[in-house]
Amino acid sequence: MTPTLQILRAGPQMTVQDLGRPALTARGLATGGAADRTALAEAAALLNLAHFPAAIEMAGMGGEFAVTLPTRIALTGAPMRAKVDAKEIGWNQTHLILPGQRLSIGGALSGVYGYLATAGGIATEPVLGSRSTHLVGNIGQILAAGDGLILGPDPTPNAPTVRITPEPRFSGGAVRMMPGPQTGLFEKAELARFLASEFARGAASNRQGVRLEHGGAPFQAGEAAGLASDFIAVGDVQMTGDGVPYVLLSECQTMGGYPRIGTVIGADLSRIAQLSLGGRVRFTLISVEEADRLYRSPAQMIAEAKSRVAPLVRDPSEISDLLGYQLIGGVVSGRDEEEY
Amino acid sequence: MTGPKAQTPAHEILPLGQDCVLVRFARKPDLSALSAAQRFRAVIAGQQHSEITEVAPSLASVLLRFDPGATPRARIEVIVQKALAELGPDADLPAPTRRWHLPVAFGADAGPQLAEAAALAGLTQEAAVRQMVEADLRVLAIGFAPGQPYIGLLPDNWNLPRLSQLTPKVPAGALVVAVRQLVLFCNGSTTGWRQIGQTGFRPFWPHSSTPFRLEVGDAIRIEHVSQMDLAALAPERTEGLGGAWLEKTR
Repeated sequence: MTPTLQILRAGPQMTVQDLGRPALTARGLATGGAADRTALAEAAALLNLAHFPAAIEMAGMGGEFAVTLPTRIALTGAPMRAKVDAKEIGWNQTHLILPGQRLSIGGALSGVYGYLATAGGIATEPVLGSRSTHLVGNIGQILAAGDGLILGPDPTPNAPTVRITPEPRFSGGAVRMMPGPQTGLFEKAELARFLASEFARGAASNRQGVRLEHGGAPFQAGEAAGLASDFIAVGDVQMTGDGVPYVLLSECQTMGGYPRIGTVIGADLSRIAQLSLGGRVRFTLISVEEADRLYRSPAQMIAEAKSRVAPLVRDPSEISDLLGYQLIGGVVSGRDEEEY
Repeated sequence: MTGPKAQTPAHEILPLGQDCVLVRFARKPDLSALSAAQRFRAVIAGQQHSEITEVAPSLASVLLRFDPGATPRARIEVIVQKALAELGPDADLPAPTRRWHLPVAFGADAGPQLAEAAALAGLTQEAAVRQMVEADLRVLAIGFAPGQPYIGLLPDNWNLPRLSQLTPKVPAGALVVAVRQLVLFCNGSTTGWRQIGQTGFRPFWPHSSTPFRLEVGDAIRIEHVSQMDLAALAPERTEGLGGAWLEKTR
């Protein structure tokens, strides 16, 4: 039997996301992939994977799921209320879901993007080297009730339940930005005013970018206005013609004419993507050398997240439940590998 | 500017995020920067550096992507300097090897902002369409969205500013204009450019054997069709070609 994740009910924007398609800028396709890569690294750490998995990204609201074979899952990113059948289950940890059970994931309690990863990853057919849905690029689609996603086999179905201390990133804070090709074309005073301002998430935010609202006057682009359209980096802080900043996320355009005051570094981009409506962010400008020093490869991100994983200390009242897990675990390890 | 030598076009070497270096030949679109960018792209691509994971040209710059986990930025900047030294003096754009003929309907529902754009360009709507059809156009860059071309350069009277308020949505196939260029939208999109026409051509058709249809350097010839003709060229009937056809020029 093929392990499948069945979608019984779907929130308004659930999509499959991995690290996207990194080298198609020349073709006009932005990298795409998970809006919050830290969440995918945390899922990889929880499930003890060497690579970033393709997982379900849930914007604001989850859905209901069932499995055809016992499947370990990890829940990361924006914390959401989750239940297996009638029983509440924890976020930022692994769970074993059994056939016949119903996993329900509700609205985000803080942050924006929650992630449901399975131990074997999602095994749908890659397009241009990735399983990520790219809505702007018309690749893949929003998941809907009735869809079934083929899963890869769980490499260690008997692994104990673990939890992770999540990197704090759901209520704003300081965000580090490096200079980009147009930073020097803004007036110094205007750049200083930007760095002194505090911003909230605007309603017109999505996987392409987060609109930032603040109380002050629009930002003037100075010499950066009227430039030739040029390449955009994920994390760029773009000033539209009306002087409103947008931080561009994974599904942004690859090229544009609006000037960009700087680029948010990878380590802090999840903080922007996950900024709650009530949260506030401020920007600090760091040097290119410091930004380069702060670069983390995907493998480093997973290794760092693994250092925050710990066994789940169980309440004795749940012991019978735990025995049930182990019993099923034995069944899982005894299944016929040929089926895959 | 970082010390242009006598034989090297003016340029700036700039950071673009943690994994790219941008070599910018001009800040505003002009033909010599466009030519420099395309020639620089060719030099770098020809040298086949294993440290560079992607090379992409834009109107006036070239992006070089690298793996910061394996290669320091300074190494990429050394490669850039060496390639710049081989670039030689200003030269024309390389001649096109192929030409797309592209049916476009202009004005009315197909181009709600044609009248406004034509007025800004100092033309009647009819004269504006005539300039588009007669223009010798090239794909200058591909970007913003998958396969999506920046086409130009239009005559100088088309140096229109972008709108300060974004248009919330133009449809797939929309032909929009600003700063002496046309963009052909592949999917519905928000834009700060003015929509003057509509095509059935889709520059990215994911299910085709060649999903990305246009290349930087392709010549483009616009053919004016009526809105009724355009209906017959709907992308779902024409595998996204919209009546466009490709002529080999050498």
